[in-house]
Amino acid sequence: MSPPRAQRLGVAACHLCTLVSDAPSNAHARCPRCGARLHSRKPASRSRTFALLCAAILFYLPANLLPVMRTSQFGHAVDSTILSGVMAFWQAGEWDIALVIFIASIVIPCAKFLALGWLMWTTRRKHTLGRKQRTLLYRAVEFIGYWSMLDVLVVGLVCALVRFDLLGRIEPQPGIAFFGAVVMLTMLSASHFDPRLIWDDPEHD
Amino acid sequence: MTETLPPPPGEPRIATRRRLPSAIWIVPLLALLIGLSMLVHAWLSAGPEIVVSFQSATGLEAGKTPVKYKDVVIGLVKRIELNDDQSAVLVTIDLDKNAKNFTRADSRYWVVRPRIGMGGVSGIDTLFSGAYIGVDSGHDAARRDRFTGLETPPTIINGTPGKAFILHAPALGSLDIGSPVYYRNIQVGQLASYLLDADGQGVTLRIFVRAPYHRLVSSATHFWNASGVDLSLNADGLKLQTQSVATMLAGGIAFDTVLGNDTASPPLASYDLASDRQSALAPPDGDPMLLRLKFDQALRGLAVNAPVEFRGIDIGKVQSVHVEVDPVSHRYPVVVDALVYPRRIDHSQPANTDPANKVLTFLHGMVAQGLRAQARSGNLLTGQLYIAFDFFPSAPKADFDPNSRPVSLPTIAGGFDQLQEQMAGIVGKLNKVPFDTIARHLDDNLVALHQTLHQVNGQVLPAARDTLGSARQTLDSANNALAPDAPLQQNLNQTLLELQRSARSLRGLTDQLNAHPEALIRGRQDSGEKQERTP
Repeated sequence: MSPPRAQRLGVAACHLCTLVSDAPSNAHARCPRCGARLHSRKPASRSRTFALLCAAILFYLPANLLPVMRTSQFGHAVDSTILSGVMAFWQAGEWDIALVIFIASIVIPCAKFLALGWLMWTTRRKHTLGRKQRTLLYRAVEFIGYWSMLDVLVVGLVCALVRFDLLGRIEPQPGIAFFGAVVMLTMLSASHFDPRLIWDDPEHD
Repeated sequence: MTETLPPPPGEPRIATRRRLPSAIWIVPLLALLIGLSMLVHAWLSAGPEIVVSFQSATGLEAGKTPVKYKDVVIGLVKRIELNDDQSAVLVTIDLDKNAKNFTRADSRYWVVRPRIGMGGVSGIDTLFSGAYIGVDSGHDAARRDRFTGLETPPTIINGTPGKAFILHAPALGSLDIGSPVYYRNIQVGQLASYLLDADGQGVTLRIFVRAPYHRLVSSATHFWNASGVDLSLNADGLKLQTQSVATMLAGGIAFDTVLGNDTASPPLASYDLASDRQSALAPPDGDPMLLRLKFDQALRGLAVNAPVEFRGIDIGKVQSVHVEVDPVSHRYPVVVDALVYPRRIDHSQPANTDPANKVLTFLHGMVAQGLRAQARSGNLLTGQLYIAFDFFPSAPKADFDPNSRPVSLPTIAGGFDQLQEQMAGIVGKLNKVPFDTIARHLDDNLVALHQTLHQVNGQVLPAARDTLGSARQTLDSANNALAPDAPLQQNLNQTLLELQRSARSLRGLTDQLNAHPEALIRGRQDSGEKQERTP
């Protein structure tokens, strides 16, 4: 027997200050403590998450296809994409760096897409299996979100440092902007997802 | 009495479902739009794909090597692969959308690498940046997507203002693609390409003269090979002519325009390339005439291309020298075939030699006047010979057959050989002198002389000594007689004094008589005498 749910008890927690108060009777109820709007669940959580996830996936294509960085040495410019950079490091024998970049820029974003997509699909279908694991997965996605910014940081850093004009110069390319957008959109998407939806029971609705 | 309750008010249906989707959907829509616009842009800017074949892919890298026109990137090497029989490298290039002109059929592709040649260094920037593919757009209306790349960069890029001209030369010499073209020592163009003539008898060169210098080339322009150093020693002294140090090493072409009938030349006008300035600016020679000269002497030092001169003027050159065997007379004359330009002797001669034209009658007349060919020594040190045509009025009559081919011209033994013959004559005469008899007679004479001298020594010399002794005695006594203190001397002095005195008194007498002639009669008067003595 599971403990009673907040919805059944007619209470809701404020999203901002987490004060538990009476459940709103209409859409315009506000938290008595902080004045934020009261919702029993994040409003339009699924559709917002889904919309942002779609935008992220759309941006993920140019982020990987367009070059992220242009390395000029003695006037000879070479554009590199994320994947070509990983391969260059791998072929140069720097397999550890290659692995870090590969995980941070390819595995994690893809894993986030899959995780969020699966979470949304299961909550829509109101699956009851593996609720705890799914919640853990969501927490993991939320936690790991900003680690994907590693690439953007690296590019920003080396572009700022390597400016020797003719000898060597690194310039950012449009790909990195798309990649940054992907990371931000996935983070927003994850933040719009309400994990309580995982626990919502279909028969008590 | 039933109380009927009013029906409870129906709950209003609250439409909670929004008709419009949430505003958040603008985000993926925007993303979609951005993605689509990029896709469309990429699709629109995608240019033609071409394949260029090269001998080697040195320095080329797929996905990295750019294609540049005037240092602007217009494409990128996409793929590099070998062709089916592995004889060439096929380079697939993605050209930009705006690079459509580079698919014209006469577009040229080449690899720009660092090159170091005699004419200079090029492509040094590619040392650091890596090789790239250079391209030159064409003018053809036809398009292609397969090209054969040039192995050496073209010297002239299409669209460079100027004009191309064609030169014909017997040989390429030290010229090469890129060799400079000079006008008054200013570099005004370059040698663009060369081609061996189809019959292998010459070389056709294509030069490009840049604007505005192309206007200097007219129909009266003469081109010559300015390669190397022209060192000449003549009556004016030592003369060194060269265009530039680069020309000395790499060769070059120079041109000049003779004032006169100069009309602007059309592009690709054809010219002859002379071997040097002098021959380039010389009046045209016309056709040469082959003359056969038979010499009865050895012609050591007569080389092919030795000059043929008429009164000191170069009128042709020796074409071949060989020995002819005459089995009948067992003589082995040296046959010299010489090419002679009659126009150099007489400008009124027609430019093309016709077998029955007046050149032969002209020659016939000259032979009748004593024209003979002679091998002369041009240089005493090296023994180089040349052929000289000159008049020898005293030469024996010779036949001249104007109808023989090649025309044979009578010859006369050469100056040096004449000298040799004369020397031989002198030696022969010397040989005839009877040196033995002369020597014998001389010996007899010497013996007689010896005897005479012996006699002189034995008899004549003692007598002579005695004579000399008595002569000295005589001289001694004479000396004594003439000494200052000798009595003879004293007496002589006294006599002379006496004579002086007598002379003085005689003068007094004459003076007296001059002044007073009457004194002879009247005797001396003292007053007058005193007056006379005073002065």
